[in-house]
Amino acid sequence: MERFDRVVEQHGLTVLRVCRSVLPPADADDAWSETFLAALVAWPALPEDTDVEAWLVTVARRKAIDVRRGQARRALPVETLPEPPAPRAFDEVIARDDELLGAVRDLPHRQRVAVVGHHLAGLSHREVADATGVSHDAARRAASDGVAALRRALGPSPAPTVSERRASAPASPPPRPGGTP
Amino acid sequence: MTDPTTAAPGTPGTPDAPGTPAAPGTPDERGHLDALRSRLAGSAAEAGVLDVAWTAVDSPVGRLLLAATEVGLVRVAFEGEGHDSVLDRLAATVSPRVLRAPARLDVVARELDEYFDGRRRSFDLPLDRRLSRSFQLAVLEHLPEIPYGATASYAAVAAAAGSPRAVRAVGTACATNPLPLVVPCHRVVRSDGTAGSYRGGPRAKALLIDLEATS
Repeated sequence: MERFDRVVEQHGLTVLRVCRSVLPPADADDAWSETFLAALVAWPALPEDTDVEAWLVTVARRKAIDVRRGQARRALPVETLPEPPAPRAFDEVIARDDELLGAVRDLPHRQRVAVVGHHLAGLSHREVADATGVSHDAARRAASDGVAALRRALGPSPAPTVSERRASAPASPPPRPGGTP
Repeated sequence: MTDPTTAAPGTPGTPDAPGTPAAPGTPDERGHLDALRSRLAGSAAEAGVLDVAWTAVDSPVGRLLLAATEVGLVRVAFEGEGHDSVLDRLAATVSPRVLRAPARLDVVARELDEYFDGRRRSFDLPLDRRLSRSFQLAVLEHLPEIPYGATASYAAVAAAAGSPRAVRAVGTACATNPLPLVVPCHRVVRSDGTAGSYRGGPRAKALLIDLEATS
């Protein structure tokens, strides 16, 4: 597996140009950083025969769209309907949550690739399938099995980052009598 | 000296950036990419996905490659070892998540500076010993017992490691020390007083023995 610093060296400029083609400079920098951080997380799980540049360009386009969407959300006038807080980017969650990251690392290879590619790098199941040489259905199934395995691995008591997001969910169980936290 | 302007893309490295081809793009883009790379190193470390951070520093024994995992310093390499191939081996044996990230090596670089200035006699650094296996580890762990400025023979170190007959194996263990300078294999010499082999070459070993004798 190629050293990641070489990957940045070889493809950094292409990714920067992709980001700059659709975003103003400061936002392009954000998209570039998000792209390579997501790629770094995914890197050890990426199959050896992946076309790295094509993969990075795909991730960069997705990240650029995310950055633009983020701006659209911020630009909403205040009198519009209150929105639920934006979900945290999966890579931000995964990056900060050692327990989750450990569980992802423990997934079987196919599931890990699918979960990282789809949920982390932001690829479609079709793109994961193309990048890894499996069928569309197999990629979708592996991602779904991987997420189910993560839920099992992380146990019934939700990890802090998960509980944060569940706090406002209507299905949360009523507090126990006695009110212990 | 090679002229960097004539280096073809893909030409292996300047000492400053081992293995990196002459980057394409305008000078402006290259400068900007340097800034983005530093930022990436910072956020990768913060996110816990920077498995191997490296930098290169100048020293009286030539340019040194320093590499650290989240556990600690994992490799110190002399220029003659080929920094680029050392990093390739780290990628293969430790993790391919390798980035140039000087911040993690700041303390190491400072302690080495102090050592070469004669102001430091021992290193106080977290070490990642994963590149050493059992016997080598047993040998290397005894080396800090040799006082600064002193030397010990391979035979004496073999005895201290509990294997008095393993003199040749001690020689190999020292000659392949992944953490030279910091783990002082340069203090181990032949019984006849000659220096013996050293990863950094005989001149570097002599320079270190001399530095410690006169500081």
